[in-house]
Amino acid sequence: MSELNLEMVKEDPNPARKKHNARVEIDGALCKECLLCIEACAPDVLKVSETLNKMGYHPVEYIGDGCTGCGVCFYVCPEPGTIKVYKKIKAA
Amino acid sequence: MVKDILEKPESFYEIFERKSGSNKLTTHYCPGCGHGVIHKLIAEAMDEFGIGDRAVMISPVGCSVFAYYYFDCGNVQAPHGRAPAVATGIKRAIPDSIVISYQGDGDLAGIGGNEILHAANRGENITVFFVNNAIYGMTGSQMAPTTLIGQKTTTTPYGRSARNEGYPIKVCELLSSLEAPVYLERVAITDAKNVMKVRKAIRKGLQNQIEGKGFSLIEILSPCPTGWGMKPVDAKNWVDEVLMKTFQLGVFKDKTAEAAPEIIEQKEFTSDEILKILGASKNGSDFLYDKPEVKINYQNPRIKISGFGGQGILFLGQLLSQSAMRSGYYTTWLPSYGPEVRGGTANCHIIISNNRIGSPLGAETDVLIAMNLPSLDKFENDVRKDGLILVNSSLISRNVKRNDVEVLYVPATELADEVGNTKVANLVMLGAYTAKSKIFSHDCVLFTANETVKKKEFLKVNEEAFRKGMEYVLNNKHKKIKNTIL
Ligand SMILES: Cc1ncc(C[n+]2csc(CCOP(=O)(O)OP(=O)(O)O)c2C)c(N)n1
Ligand code: SF4
Ligand code: SF4
Ligand code: SF4
Repeated sequence: MSELNLEMVKEDPNPARKKHNARVEIDGALCKECLLCIEACAPDVLKVSETLNKMGYHPVEYIGDGCTGCGVCFYVCPEPGTIKVYKKIKAA
Repeated sequence: MVKDILEKPESFYEIFERKSGSNKLTTHYCPGCGHGVIHKLIAEAMDEFGIGDRAVMISPVGCSVFAYYYFDCGNVQAPHGRAPAVATGIKRAIPDSIVISYQGDGDLAGIGGNEILHAANRGENITVFFVNNAIYGMTGSQMAPTTLIGQKTTTTPYGRSARNEGYPIKVCELLSSLEAPVYLERVAITDAKNVMKVRKAIRKGLQNQIEGKGFSLIEILSPCPTGWGMKPVDAKNWVDEVLMKTFQLGVFKDKTAEAAPEIIEQKEFTSDEILKILGASKNGSDFLYDKPEVKINYQNPRIKISGFGGQGILFLGQLLSQSAMRSGYYTTWLPSYGPEVRGGTANCHIIISNNRIGSPLGAETDVLIAMNLPSLDKFENDVRKDGLILVNSSLISRNVKRNDVEVLYVPATELADEVGNTKVANLVMLGAYTAKSKIFSHDCVLFTANETVKKKEFLKVNEEAFRKGMEYVLNNKHKKIKNTIL
């Protein structure tokens, strides 16, 4: 499990103590609302948006805070280019 | 290599141009389909091994038939179940390629059951990704060989019963009894932990091939929410809670550590060696005979030759096509055998044309060469109006029923007997057809026949038979030829 640190997902997502710039970007136009990412995200920082995309799905979006950069959502998402995860890089 | 950003692997096309419709950034797969996750893991591994330029994916028949929309690598789409055979051919022809056979369970364990068995048994140095979703996804949820006992599908509406449909086939267990496979593992697309195991197994399967170690197959239990009639998250849980009970995860064979890298010797052949192996000669490969003037009605013929196996039907077709090539025509030769090779019926289609040929199978026949009665019975009505029928009147004791076609009755077998060998009736017919249509020069046909016939002791009798057929037609030119046998 070289690239995926499951320990990270247990980390306290409290942004006040955050010392890294991990985040997730989701291209809502390419999301098929399968919800696998939401299910898999331990800190629970993803949610379904209320808008509809062109394919007729409610895309998932990042609540904007608390992503640990664990990468789980990237690997469980069946779409090639929907999720981009910036992993934990220590803030300089 | 640890990446800071996880994003669409480069081994995917940036834009899926080959995909139809306007949405060229998402896959054609249903929401939550395991194929998408598996694709991503393969593409990521291809990136990291840097094998995009030499990877060839064989896509199957099934939902993943369109894998070539997505992967920026070589691709051949194989007929249903045949991916391991195609993979074998490519790997052997281009040993440096990294060949990936990507197959569903209907494809691999159903219609392709014997292909995978033998590819595994030969220990082909290929990597097989076997996507087991326990159903035929693409065709609308029919039972697959891997469907669970009790599982409802459109073809097992009361659930699969072992008595009716047998038991789910466990491919890894089955193949693990073979000597040759190097690595067999079953993994599953469920939670992150399992997905990471899939990722690792995919890499190992590819790594083995890169190192020349031999046959690897990774069976991946994969959700098919649509086929199972479940929401994606429920489908994922069903893999975990139900599918995995029958298909236990684990490594079924792993000889990776001791497998010695296979040294593939590729022999380079010179063109002279190839000619020798094929028994061909270079003589005259650089010249063409002139095309004679051909009457409109005889131009661009779609020819059907039919008769008993053993009458040299296919060979006659070859001679026509070869003569056509040597006269600068486009041509195709399509043999069709009966279920038995000897003693049955044989026929072939030949197209000779001034234009490029779209399909080797003509919708209509312009020329029928009927060497026996069943052939005339069967194909007489396929000949177009004003077409030509050559009848071997030695063996066919009736007239052609049609009166809107031109008929030439040639006692081919008797004329062949006159030159001492009834087997050359086909060459008599070749002579007759050449004289009638004037589609090639006589010299051209004789040259081709001499080149093609392997046993040189037949050259003389062939030539005599050919001339007999020609003369028969030329001498009877002004007579209305009537069948005398009746
Ligand atoms: C020779 C032939 N027989 C049958 C079919 C119809 N057919 C298309 S896909 C398919 C089953 C595919 O199932 P599977 O391999 O499990 O792949 P999935 O679609 O589930 O990924 C069948 C039977 C075909 N295309 N060709
Ligand atoms: S990388 Fe994805 S799964 Fe992990 S915390 Fe961030 S949003 Fe959640
Ligand atoms: S896993 Fe991917 S496609 Fe599914 S809901 Fe999340 S972002 Fe959308
Ligand atoms: S039918 Fe099943 S296997 Fe096919 S794309 Fe849909 S979910 Fe995937």
